[in-house]
Amino acid sequence: MRDDVLIRVQSVSKKFCRDLKRSLWYGVRDTVNDLLGRDGSAQDLRRDEFWAVNDVSFEVRRGECLGLIGRNGAGKTTLLKMLNGLIKPERGRIEMRGQLGALIALGSGFNPILSGRENVYVNGAVLGMSKKKIDAKIDEIIDFAEIGEFIDAPVQSYSSGMQVRLGFAVATAMEPDVLLLDEVLAVGDTAFRIKCHRRISRIRRNAAVIFVSHDMPAVALISDRTLVLSQGEVHFEGDTSRGIEAYEALNEKTTYRPDKGFIRCHPPLRSFEIAPIPEELPFGTPVVVDMLIDSTTHLANVAFRVDVYNMAGIFIANGIAENPKGIGPGKTRSHIEIGPLPLKAGRYLLSFSIADAAGEFLGFSSKSHEIVITGGHPGTTTDCQLDVRTWTNVDEADSFRAAMLHQ
Amino acid sequence: MSDLPVTIYTPESPLRRPATLARQMLGDLVRSRELAWRLFVRDTSAQYRQSILGYIWIFIPPLVSSLPFIFLNTQGLVKINDTPIPYGAYAIIGTTIWQAFVDALNAPLRTVTLARPMLTRINLPREALLLSALAQVGLGFVVRLALLIIVLAWFHIIPPITAALFPLGITSLVLFGFLIGVLLTPLGLLYSDVQYAVPVATTFLMLLTPVLYPVPESGLAHTIAKLNPLTPLVVVTRDWLTIGNTTHTTGFIVVTVFATALLLVGWVIFRVAMPHLIARIGN
Repeated sequence: MRDDVLIRVQSVSKKFCRDLKRSLWYGVRDTVNDLLGRDGSAQDLRRDEFWAVNDVSFEVRRGECLGLIGRNGAGKTTLLKMLNGLIKPERGRIEMRGQLGALIALGSGFNPILSGRENVYVNGAVLGMSKKKIDAKIDEIIDFAEIGEFIDAPVQSYSSGMQVRLGFAVATAMEPDVLLLDEVLAVGDTAFRIKCHRRISRIRRNAAVIFVSHDMPAVALISDRTLVLSQGEVHFEGDTSRGIEAYEALNEKTTYRPDKGFIRCHPPLRSFEIAPIPEELPFGTPVVVDMLIDSTTHLANVAFRVDVYNMAGIFIANGIAENPKGIGPGKTRSHIEIGPLPLKAGRYLLSFSIADAAGEFLGFSSKSHEIVITGGHPGTTTDCQLDVRTWTNVDEADSFRAAMLHQ
Repeated sequence: MSDLPVTIYTPESPLRRPATLARQMLGDLVRSRELAWRLFVRDTSAQYRQSILGYIWIFIPPLVSSLPFIFLNTQGLVKINDTPIPYGAYAIIGTTIWQAFVDALNAPLRTVTLARPMLTRINLPREALLLSALAQVGLGFVVRLALLIIVLAWFHIIPPITAALFPLGITSLVLFGFLIGVLLTPLGLLYSDVQYAVPVATTFLMLLTPVLYPVPESGLAHTIAKLNPLTPLVVVTRDWLTIGNTTHTTGFIVVTVFATALLLVGWVIFRVAMPHLIARIGN
């Protein structure tokens, strides 16, 4: 029972047109073709057309959640719309089993003038629920949405958060076999998002879920498998952590570099150089910085400092080392060992500097080294991740109380 | 597992499997009843909540379109004097009947356009939109019945026994208007030209139809009235309410039967077009 495939997508493609007027005209022609019993629209691309979804295949079983990720315009929403039966594929075949629930737009059909309660009935009916079913669920819906006495006030007096909560509560009340979720948790405050996650996990036990999001920690938390779309094609399918890495890699390909790196030095330094650092570093490996300084005088009290920036240019970590022996005169080569970098997987820029006792910069290498951290847990949200290594079960459960008391 | 309903989407034209299409259409029609009712209640209760005159707006269009003609006629600027009942009653009853046709014609495109955000995101039985549009037309007419009763009383017209057939006449007019509306909806969703053209065209059409004047005896106007499928619908419906004997019964039956049959075709076109339209109108 738990193995049954509820969503089967076979070589599905859909094309769109860049030019509006032409797109509308193609719409007329496709309709006429269908009405004349000719199959679909032309298989080849017409002028200004492109494949928004191209030859995508996958299956989702009951109890499984597929994370669907990709950059903007990768075809995620188009694919969901085809699964939802809103638009027709141009090639391929989609098979869906059981009752379908889709959260593509929360609160669709909300009328601002009507009260929350009236809107719950309309919204429920739009999603295919009978009046009886809504009657049975209305208290649960109001409760979940945390609307309280406002339920009889017009929806236009609600905050946007309240509207979203109400929409989510109605949409998830129907307990579907197949659930399509498109960026639904991007809104709402943290407390409500956690509640939503729990509700989705509950529905998921008995349903096949497709989860679309740009929020990678959420994807990692919910999905068993991940499908990465890139320009309408399947870029990767499989394990979620590898999927997220593939997605991050796609993003980085085009990430713009905040600053161009540069190196500066001031007297008494004649030169300040840092050797290249291995670009790819698995999470948990230490780094050794190989540095060459040429100074005209001996510098007794110098501090070495490393700064880490993410690709958005935000300063996220730093470290300082002092050298008791001092450097110079002449050329000094040093190795500075930095322990395992506690960074989450991703791309970072490093800056290095040397300052004298007064704190004045003598040598400065700004963001000229780039590193890519791989591995670690993909669910990490912050730029920094703790090196959590093991989780072992130990036998002596009974001695736990004793350990507690010992404190 | 086998008892779960299976839905399949392919590029194939739905007309390739007429039996499946017919089954789906009927199924959706049945499924959409409750939603249609909800949408109807939502739209009617919301429509006038933010207005001072409220439901009075339902009476205004037919009254306003008849008043200039009543004025022109009483001032002798336009001579229409061979009406079987006083001209004022004739004109107001005519425009009220005509309004049912115009409402029915406008309703599908208006309802579907307003539901656009819903259509592009949720797979609902789209028949519900058409049904709720139809219900709105019906409500408008029921409210306007009050206007007709006032007019009949004012002019001391005692409705003949055939007045019982009057709702049938209105139904025919509504069916005909609805047919045109449903046929225009797919194109109207893509091109706003339709929505600009409809008010212009319906005003023009009213002047070509014997709404404010009896069927002309001769000349070009006679030929046009003869060819116009709306002539028997308007004339028969008004005669049934006011004088009893009517001359265009055959035409009325033919047009009604055709409109009903074509409405089925319009429905198929609407269904087949929908996924293509949603793909083109985007978000």
